[in-house]
Amino acid sequence: MVALNVSCRRGEEWLFRDFSFSIRPGELVWLRGQNGSGKTSLLRIAAGLSRPEAGSITVAGGHPGVYIGHANALKDDLTVTESLTFLARLHGLESDSKRINGALRMLAIHHRRHAFVRTLSQGQRRRVALARLALEREPSLWILDEPFDALDTQGIEAVNQLLAAHLASRGSVFLTSHLALSLPKTAVTELEFPVGAPA
Amino acid sequence: MSRNVFMLVAGRDLRLAGRRRFEALLPVVFFIVAASLFPLGVGPEPQVLRQIAPGVVWVCALLAAMLSLNTLFASDHQDGSLEQLLLSRHSTILVAGGKALAHWVLTGLPLILAAPLLGVLFDMQSHSILVMVIGLILGTPVLSLLGSIGAALTLGLRSGGVLILLLVLPLCIPILIFGAGAVGSVDAGMSAAGHLSLLGALLLLSLVAAPPATAAALRISMS
Repeated sequence: MVALNVSCRRGEEWLFRDFSFSIRPGELVWLRGQNGSGKTSLLRIAAGLSRPEAGSITVAGGHPGVYIGHANALKDDLTVTESLTFLARLHGLESDSKRINGALRMLAIHHRRHAFVRTLSQGQRRRVALARLALEREPSLWILDEPFDALDTQGIEAVNQLLAAHLASRGSVFLTSHLALSLPKTAVTELEFPVGAPA
Repeated sequence: MSRNVFMLVAGRDLRLAGRRRFEALLPVVFFIVAASLFPLGVGPEPQVLRQIAPGVVWVCALLAAMLSLNTLFASDHQDGSLEQLLLSRHSTILVAGGKALAHWVLTGLPLILAAPLLGVLFDMQSHSILVMVIGLILGTPVLSLLGSIGAALTLGLRSGGVLILLLVLPLCIPILIFGAGAVGSVDAGMSAAGHLSLLGALLLLSLVAAPPATAAALRISMS
């Protein structure tokens, strides 16, 4: 992914201006910055959900493989299995029960597979949303907005394993996190987000 | 695969409605209750009731269809599902079409099934009831399709529920005119073919134009 002179404005205020960076295959870029600095806005632009005021972002293959935002995209009235199966089918991923169960087992949420989403804790919901990563097979770009939010140590470890495996298969990751990453330093590129961009 | 996403989205919405049956039944309950109030207010004169029946049924159907429009995309927007729907590799037009289909099955179809009951309540002739039902079959999908544009345009706005009504109701006036007019023609001893043909034409136009417009409105609302 290559971002060239990307600028974003909310009303009269510039969130950031002329921001450029790139992400290579096998690289994880950790976007860091203060609250309200525009990290989520940049991730949404990179995912193609909104357009920059100026500049451009180009993703190899035309679009990122995965975007998981703050919201988990789960329906309270669907079960865990139904929710993940729907997301898998929507994104053209294999969705047979073996694959779905395997993904849920990887995130240690398999034991709640028949439970309605409304009965899950925030951390368990996050695990279900992130279980989609375990269904991905292509070395594409993953865009993750605070993926470790609400996860416990076991959940963070499971996500780290998925990220490490994805990077090892030449996939790339672009994420924000207020928690320190526990991946090998060599795999992580820290990107400090501009704060107080000039008006 | 593309057809699958259309059915996938519609199927998910129908399954969700099945899990909240009371909420799913609200439009048809509103339709029956609202239409039932007219004989009480206007009086029990069969001639008067027969005369106002088509208009009453169509206005009540229109309002019942509008009732659930503000939730068409709102919950998907709130829980992040809409982002995933827009980011799927399939056309957003099919996603919009699937949502409109689910809305029609949950709102329009029950209205069509309940309409003969109201026809009897208003002492309508059997052939008038038949024409009214045919009109509803052609007209209610248009209400769902036009409504989905309004729901997408007002997504995330504070007074979205009222704005949808202001946006969509004027667009639905031709449906109301031709739908009620078809029954009026039959009652006057004329053919309803002209009115029903125009309803059919409106349905075809909506089927072609509404899903792309809804998809574009969703992208604007989400950016």
